[in-house]
Amino acid sequence: MKELNCRQVREMLLYVADQVIKSKDLLTEIDSQIGDGDHGIGMERGMKKAREKLLDMEAGTDAYSLFFEMGRTMLMSMGGASGVIFGTMFSGGAKGKPARETLDCPHLAELMRDSLTKIKERGQAQPGDKTMVDAMQPAAEAMCSYEGSDLAEMLALAAAAAKAGMESTRDLQAKFGRAKSLMGRELGHQDAGATSAWIIFRSMEEYVKSL
Amino acid sequence: MPKKIMNRPEDFVHEATAGFLAAHGDRYTQVEDVSGLRVIDVKEKTAVVVGGGSGHEPIFGYFIGENLADAAAAGNVFTSPDPGTILKVAASVERGKGVLFVYGNYAGDNMNFDIAAEMLDEMGIETKTVRVCDDVASAPKERYTDRRGIAGNVFVIKIAGAATASGLSLEEAYRVTAKARDHVYSMGIALSSSAIPGEKHPIFDLADDEMEYGVGIHGEAGIRRTKLMPADQIVENLTDRILEDSGIQSGDTVCSLVNGLGATPLTELYIMNRRLSQLLREKGIHVHRMEVGTLITSMEMAGASITLMKLDDELQKYYDMPCNSPYYKK
Repeated sequence: MKELNCRQVREMLLYVADQVIKSKDLLTEIDSQIGDGDHGIGMERGMKKAREKLLDMEAGTDAYSLFFEMGRTMLMSMGGASGVIFGTMFSGGAKGKPARETLDCPHLAELMRDSLTKIKERGQAQPGDKTMVDAMQPAAEAMCSYEGSDLAEMLALAAAAAKAGMESTRDLQAKFGRAKSLMGRELGHQDAGATSAWIIFRSMEEYVKSL
Repeated sequence: MPKKIMNRPEDFVHEATAGFLAAHGDRYTQVEDVSGLRVIDVKEKTAVVVGGGSGHEPIFGYFIGENLADAAAAGNVFTSPDPGTILKVAASVERGKGVLFVYGNYAGDNMNFDIAAEMLDEMGIETKTVRVCDDVASAPKERYTDRRGIAGNVFVIKIAGAATASGLSLEEAYRVTAKARDHVYSMGIALSSSAIPGEKHPIFDLADDEMEYGVGIHGEAGIRRTKLMPADQIVENLTDRILEDSGIQSGDTVCSLVNGLGATPLTELYIMNRRLSQLLREKGIHVHRMEVGTLITSMEMAGASITLMKLDDELQKYYDMPCNSPYYKK
């Protein structure tokens, strides 16, 4: 698979939303260890709204607008830091780009790279701060350095990088959120936001592989 | 599961708002389509808009009224409201003289309010922002802007409301309110945790004979866990830390607040206030006024905080203006 058309992009985003919604209990449990336990609730709320929005939309002729509307809907319905961060994961890199009917490897990689830039600007988080950036940055980098043209192969690399990044958060001290006040007690626990980021990349890979 | 009087967790916030409006609907109304409250009688002035996660009532939602905030955006429990909510709440009380946002300094609130401010800017509505960061236990002085906002919100909102009601421009009201922020210092202790509605466990565990200094109003871990101390010793420890951090000293004038975190009775707060008043007098600090009450809470957490705001003539003038809301009057 070298590119996704708008219908496929819409289906992929719906699949991502469904997978995150299914992971609510896992995310809640991870967040309860070191956060206040509401990450799964917020992600479920945002993804349900995004799902409704995507179902209301036609696939249309602009793949970016599907990403943008998904992110925008999450941003405007979730609240909390994760509403902004995960909304921007979809909308940030899609905003303002000229319409495209298909997304290939370089364009999907560019979208995720630009979203990551906006997340870091807004949230001021850097790799190593025990946030979703620890999973998203290696994933976006893996996508940008991929030189082939097979979407499934590129997304498999991204999902593997996100997973390694997510696992690395166990050994990191938190700089944001409630966990930053734990004075080291957060060590040994992985970050819930990084877990969500991994689920998102893994789900994109799963969808593309299923085509 | 921690016990709460509630129906479904997902209905927690809006059912509380409905109950509030049943009691106070003569003066307040819900902002159309969103989770926010505003005064019915919107004045022609710079609007003061506050907000944050729910679960701290009376702050923020019930802290609107005459010479206080004009509207409040409410998120879910301990979760910042989204930018769309903040935008609609702000627009509902904006009367061409700009919006002054006042809220506690937390990553989620900062991002969501900033996005709302950018959207208002695109609509041609000017905004200014004051983030309250009074909790001296939450970060060292060198990282002042990392500090959390706790009970100091009460005084900063009080000043913002009075300044805008006096007809100050957005620019001037911002200057005065930012000064209030820079003059307010707090620190608290917790005796027990609280729980988010629907969650199986309290946010943290504290043994029956323990207390913790510096716990945040969302259950953020504090700086020191100890055996329970007598009231006087608690007050001395909190006050010493606040005075050392703030530099408030003999000859200065302050107003004070002993604030309960939800489950602590007024009687215990007055026991604390008794010692606070003795301490401040011993140190030669002039106490303009002492407030004691449950104004910013962490659900059912037991514990209390002490807040001091150093007053100059200008802050004292706005502090002394009358104000009126269901849980805060002057």
